[in-house]
Amino acid sequence: MSMIKDLHVTRRAVLKGAGALVVTISVPVSAARTPARAKGGAGVKPPLKPDELDSFVKIAEDGRVTAYFGKMDMGQGVDVAIGQIVAEELDVPFERVTVVMGDTAHTVDQGGGSGSTGIQRGGVPLRNAAAEARRILLELAAIRLKTPARYLTVADGVIAVTGEAARKVSYSELIGGHYFNVKLVWNKKMGNRLVSTGKAKPKKPEQYKVVGTSAPRNDIAGKVFGTSDFITDITVPGMLHGRTVRPPKAGAAPVGVDESSIKHIPGARVVHEGDFLGVVATKEWDAVKAAETLKVAWSKVAPPFPDQKDLYDHIRRTPTLKAKLKAKDTGDVDRAFKGAAKIIEAEYEWPFQSHASMGPACAIVEAKDGEATVWTGSQKPHSTAEGVAKILKLKKDQVRGIWVMGPGSYGRNDAGDGAMDAAILSKAVGRPVRIQGMRHEGTGWDPKAPASIHKVRGGFDAEGNVIAYHFHSKAFDRQNVRSRESHPSHTLAGQLTGYALKPRKIFRTPNESYRFPNKRMGWEIIPPLLERASPLRTSHFRDPLGPQVHFASESFIDEMALAVGADPVEFRLKYIKKRIDARVVKAVAEKVGWKPRVGPANKPGGTGTVTGRGIAYAQRNGAVLAIVAEVEVDRKTGRVWPRKFTIAHECGLIVNPDGLRRCIEGNIVMATSRMLWEEVMFDNDRVTSVDWETYPILESMEAPEEIDIVLIDRPNIAPKGAGEPSTRPVAGAIANAFFDATGVRLRRAPYTPERVKAALG
Amino acid sequence: MAERISLNVNGVSHDLEVDPDMPLLYALRNDLGLSNPHFGCGLAQCGACTVHMNGEAIRSCVTPVSAAKGARITTLAGLGTPEKPHPMQQALIDEQAPQCGYCMNGWIMTAAAFLEKNRRPSDGQIRKALAGLKCRCGTHMGIIRAVKRAAKAMG
Repeated sequence: MSMIKDLHVTRRAVLKGAGALVVTISVPVSAARTPARAKGGAGVKPPLKPDELDSFVKIAEDGRVTAYFGKMDMGQGVDVAIGQIVAEELDVPFERVTVVMGDTAHTVDQGGGSGSTGIQRGGVPLRNAAAEARRILLELAAIRLKTPARYLTVADGVIAVTGEAARKVSYSELIGGHYFNVKLVWNKKMGNRLVSTGKAKPKKPEQYKVVGTSAPRNDIAGKVFGTSDFITDITVPGMLHGRTVRPPKAGAAPVGVDESSIKHIPGARVVHEGDFLGVVATKEWDAVKAAETLKVAWSKVAPPFPDQKDLYDHIRRTPTLKAKLKAKDTGDVDRAFKGAAKIIEAEYEWPFQSHASMGPACAIVEAKDGEATVWTGSQKPHSTAEGVAKILKLKKDQVRGIWVMGPGSYGRNDAGDGAMDAAILSKAVGRPVRIQGMRHEGTGWDPKAPASIHKVRGGFDAEGNVIAYHFHSKAFDRQNVRSRESHPSHTLAGQLTGYALKPRKIFRTPNESYRFPNKRMGWEIIPPLLERASPLRTSHFRDPLGPQVHFASESFIDEMALAVGADPVEFRLKYIKKRIDARVVKAVAEKVGWKPRVGPANKPGGTGTVTGRGIAYAQRNGAVLAIVAEVEVDRKTGRVWPRKFTIAHECGLIVNPDGLRRCIEGNIVMATSRMLWEEVMFDNDRVTSVDWETYPILESMEAPEEIDIVLIDRPNIAPKGAGEPSTRPVAGAIANAFFDATGVRLRRAPYTPERVKAALG
Repeated sequence: MAERISLNVNGVSHDLEVDPDMPLLYALRNDLGLSNPHFGCGLAQCGACTVHMNGEAIRSCVTPVSAAKGARITTLAGLGTPEKPHPMQQALIDEQAPQCGYCMNGWIMTAAAFLEKNRRPSDGQIRKALAGLKCRCGTHMGIIRAVKRAAKAMG
């Protein structure tokens, strides 16, 4: 208590007129008081709101720093970058910072994993809060050391009088274990757009010592020694194991459930609510057996899906649900085409794709006494908790969401559905329930990336200049269900218990800076094939619509270059408007020693193995990418092997170069998998891609030999996202390299061996 | 239905009362609390559940627990620890390879068994030995680098 008094006296004395100090003091009374509490006394934690500094940063008694991050790391190391940013602004060693994320009780909702904005947006309040914390600590130190803040120096969490190292005080001594109780200015937005700002000005890039270094990940050891938990490893006392029972035909509802058919399985019980059907048992294996054994009579439904071979024709002929034909429109496109000396046109096709996460969804929900806790691997745990609250008819603050690393997440995969399934089961049986899908659910019933067709036209004048350009997509909606499971409508369990589908009805256009004088980009979408609990419902999957749209747009850029006898790199550089984009394209061309060429290296025909090289470029939310693929095509087997990728990658300031490189590698390999292998198969009644045989992905034999990464660091540009952007141009580069190698333009993805063989005749 | 089955896992004997047809994976995870092998597919198509049985990498999700009677089972925890890491584990840390990490058990157990037989593998041999394993995050490049690094360390 004496400390409080001392500080008050000191502060009052200061304010009364102890000279120069007065002007530097702007510490709120609460902040000045809090750290002065006797050690061990509990400071009052302010509410978890974005306008509280304590919502983002805490300094423990031992001087360790905890950063509370309301976005997520899914294994690409975003949390490391956040730790670096906080360490940088606070002037503490990186090793002293722990980043807490994914618990709704401890982090404000910054939107979770979303749109590669972990650093781009999520880092902003953390940076501001850490800078503000440092400012407050400096002012507290000024009081303690009786020296104006401007004569103080901070290093490793210790504030000393400049030039008098012995006169010092540590962060721990100033505030360790207590709360700041300092307000931030909050823009009143939650989620991705949340911004909180303090009075402090964050550092300038030239002052950075921690940001820009390759700090290592701290989750890897736990993963390779098996000492850290995945969501699948979480157990709760009294927990039962659950499994869902999905209909054999999409859209069918259970009309008769023979509970006696699982009577012989110990503890097995049926949960049937609305059209939701599941089982629980004490032992997991018993739950698996019960779900397999349960006899169910299903309603008869008309086959909801067209023949797979007619998918693209279905898209072509189905009346439009919503269109934005001129999402971007420059000049007079129609007139320009009319006056064109030459017009070319092509159509590209992309299938449904599955997240097919390494493991199917797992979640645990404990619903009791008007409260609930959900443990989830979803990348948006705040949204998961909100959705669980709604389906359980609870208030948002009655449900706590706790994220635990799941089996991979690259958007709205099945994790969001699993949490709702577990909620229904837990409520029904009055016990905590852990649910884990089987493989056929992970692939067959997860939300899908939408199938699409893209029609592109280019018009040239007599000199071969592009005077008209029109890019048009017709496709399924990008979000039949939202990328956030914050409402039951967006989940299978919700739709099966009476919540209607609420599709978002939008698509996207390419992101590039080609300056064509008359340029139009637009889209139209068609209704979902099945309105309720569809295994082909669409939602966001890594770089939503990026791969398909830029497969088409960047393939067509090469087609236009060929039409006017131009080299693909030269043609791009002629039309790219933004200087940074041109710089990125030039960087990759230079790195590979691009040799200008017109037309493919090889003519169609022949059976041997041929090689080719192709380029593609794209932007994504401020990031710019250009990539060159070097592929080998075995014309006999149809195998396409991208032996080498070279990418030039620009995303503003680079926080962690090694982390960025590994993130880019993963993006490129996954995007290659999608371009070469991935196509959700279905028949008239069901999705028939139900495992890794029926939904193959890239394996080690098909992985590239080399990925060469050129990072373009722009320290004075705020960091942009990198978790998805390099996914975007990969398909186009492979397509263009395939054309170079074979002389055949293949406009339908994926480039499976069968499709390639058929295309090469 | 349940049967008394004795399992030797990581050098320790355990007596279990379990359905003999239940996959070994469930016995390891739920009955013995050894959660390193993961459920990925239940179909021997991804490798996340891999353990060693008498030194061979096997898929525990399709191996009936009864088939493990009398065998020497090793899980990831038995392969190496933070204090005494297996070279493959150390190599993955050095390469900072895993992302979500859910599949890592399979890659480590498969690579470790492979490296016991081939200490100087070529790039092609490594890729072939790892065929059939899945990694959805696309960390193949880092994993292959790690296998090469581990091979060097193992001499």
